[in-house]
Amino acid sequence: MDKRFDIAVIGGGVVGLAILRRFAMSGLTCVLLEKGADILSGASKGNSALLHTGFDAPAKSLELQCMQAGYQEYFNIRQKLNLPLLETGALVIAWTQEESAALDGIVEKAHANSVSDVKRLTQTEIRIREPQISKSALGAVLVPGEHVIDPWSAPLAYAQQAIAHGAVILRNAEVTRVERANSDWRITSRSGDVLASTVINAAGLFGDKVEALAHESSFTIKPRKGQFVVFDKPAAKLARSIILPVPSEHTKGVVLFRTIFGNLAIGPTAEETEERTNPTTDSTTLEKLKSRAIEIVPALKDIDVTAIYAGLRPATERKDYIIEAHKVKNWISVAGIRSTGLTGSLGIAQHVVKLYAKHFGRLPKKLPEVIWTPVPNLAEQSIRPYMKGGEIICHCEWVTRGEIEAACQGPLPAGDLGGLKRRTRAMMGRCQGFYCGAEVTTLFEKAKHGTP
Amino acid sequence: MEHHEIVIIGGGPAGLALALELHTLGLKDVVVLERELEAGGVPRHCGHFGFGIDNKNRFLTGPKFAIKLRELAEGLDIRTGTTVLEFTLRGTMRLHSASGISEMSATRIILATGTRESSRAARLIGGNRLSGVMNTGTFQQLVYIKHQKPFSNPVIIGSEWVSFSNLLTCRHAKIKPVCLITENANLDAPSYFGIGARLAFGVPTKRSTKLVSINGHEKVESVEVETNGHRETIACDGVIISGKFRSENALYSSGFIEQINTAPLTTESYRSSKPNIYAVGNVLGHLETAGACMLQGRKLAAMIATEFK
Repeated sequence: MDKRFDIAVIGGGVVGLAILRRFAMSGLTCVLLEKGADILSGASKGNSALLHTGFDAPAKSLELQCMQAGYQEYFNIRQKLNLPLLETGALVIAWTQEESAALDGIVEKAHANSVSDVKRLTQTEIRIREPQISKSALGAVLVPGEHVIDPWSAPLAYAQQAIAHGAVILRNAEVTRVERANSDWRITSRSGDVLASTVINAAGLFGDKVEALAHESSFTIKPRKGQFVVFDKPAAKLARSIILPVPSEHTKGVVLFRTIFGNLAIGPTAEETEERTNPTTDSTTLEKLKSRAIEIVPALKDIDVTAIYAGLRPATERKDYIIEAHKVKNWISVAGIRSTGLTGSLGIAQHVVKLYAKHFGRLPKKLPEVIWTPVPNLAEQSIRPYMKGGEIICHCEWVTRGEIEAACQGPLPAGDLGGLKRRTRAMMGRCQGFYCGAEVTTLFEKAKHGTP
Repeated sequence: MEHHEIVIIGGGPAGLALALELHTLGLKDVVVLERELEAGGVPRHCGHFGFGIDNKNRFLTGPKFAIKLRELAEGLDIRTGTTVLEFTLRGTMRLHSASGISEMSATRIILATGTRESSRAARLIGGNRLSGVMNTGTFQQLVYIKHQKPFSNPVIIGSEWVSFSNLLTCRHAKIKPVCLITENANLDAPSYFGIGARLAFGVPTKRSTKLVSINGHEKVESVEVETNGHRETIACDGVIISGKFRSENALYSSGFIEQINTAPLTTESYRSSKPNIYAVGNVLGHLETAGACMLQGRKLAAMIATEFK
């Protein structure tokens, strides 16, 4: 007999994991199927890790609604899950007269979106707040509520909390077939079959492909690639705020932002691509990003680049999020969740559970007791494990042997080396593994296979 | 707070030779801080020949050289597993060790933190993010310390002396490099190196050739290179990104002392822009043999000793 669940979520990105968590905490039996060797293997792997207020989101959009609900819930739960928050605020900076003319409109829009603390800053105010920013900044809009978070610890915490509430996460479980089996769905995956009464398609970059397994997809995923360049830690003190450009018709533009790990980064580009996995970086674009960062903060010219990466956003032909319940089929599609997915995920989860309750089934009256599963802190501004001693393995990011071993154990151990890096920061620093790479990979292989 | 006359940061050839010589010259309050669990530095994982104490009789392998060095330094106050996290605003050192965080001060501090190769990221080399792409340091550790064979037919990027070391490491692990690529029209190492690479190792060198991208799915499948505007794809299963050494400057890069191209700005007497901070060995930015770093350490020791007279 195949195991039967109330809910099957397809896709272990931040959105799928937040949905899994919300259902599990509502008292339903849940399973999640992830194609990759670890969670966060697709779009959630490479983003800018910002917590957005929604000040610039399309008015009255579902995206705005989910972002603002998600933002609020993140604040409500973050201490219980030990999720960090770097309160940076953001500046939308105008570099040309034309951009300057757009600033008042940005403030108006923000106020219309209920982000009421957004205001204009004069050139002098910019200089006081950001002394290292190029003097050619003409004006700015301050968005105090835009912040920096940990892009991987947050979804990991959602996953672990879901597991604590009984959810099952299957990895290496690419879904190859879905079919109706009486009133259930039978889902065939590379890690076995499951039965579920309702399917949530949160397959991100493969959303349309998974949709097509069940019925004709009403959307097409058009992956948009973003490349990033990360500067070494001394750079972090050169910008207090997230530095945003005035957005154009097509894109929000390239952002200069601090990371929760104590770096300063620039990105993303917005490139249409056919790639759905393993996006490529290219030297020409990386050079341009680096130059742009130096134009914004001239002192960056003396600071090393420590990392480069590319991420993919699962855009569709539509502008807004697509969250639709297919009434007769017990199927909810969640698609087109682009750069705001990290912020929006918790709000999306609330919305999806409401849709479920409206169309498919009642939620249990009695909610299970809430179990909190705090994650280890990786943020630079809080207490990190090395401060209590232990043996440092990664000398650039000060990651201890204990942290690496812990990340290879527990209810959701790292599924691949990338997952281990995301859980610990090991090998992610300035030497990119020159010193610790051999030790870290050996520790991982040993934990996974018993032998190196 | 613990205080010492002299604290040396880094227990590689330069730092250990310095400590040893200071001891010989009668200075006893000397501490070496080494972040790894054993002292010896980079030679610990250079498994081939070419190492000699004080640069003489260079017939030792790196690991044997490191053992010899540690034997010579026995009895000195060497704190392994101890990382200097940062300099505080007061000029003291914030330390990490197995027991936690502590602070230490010193009358004189010597930076002997050595050097490392610049990473793929720092060189902005595009393509996919894959396993099987590594610096010489990681490659040597995998082969000589972990006894692994990370790939069979890699491409080696760079033609500095260290590439020769890579050829030796490859031979040791029965790895057959596809070719060696350098952006320069001539090899950085002497020309007999190129002949040696081809004759002794059967590895062709490609000059004036730039690595454009590293491609593959989960593992490296090929690299794309460009020679005088002409692009070609070379099949391989790994990439060794070698050379382009830069000082290990994490401790001082935020402006604690002045630096030039990642190395501390120093006078001829190894003094940095702060009078009580010195730097010695490969952190100075001229890549030297382990033995030559030892000689620098001894020279600095003599200079410091005269200040005490």
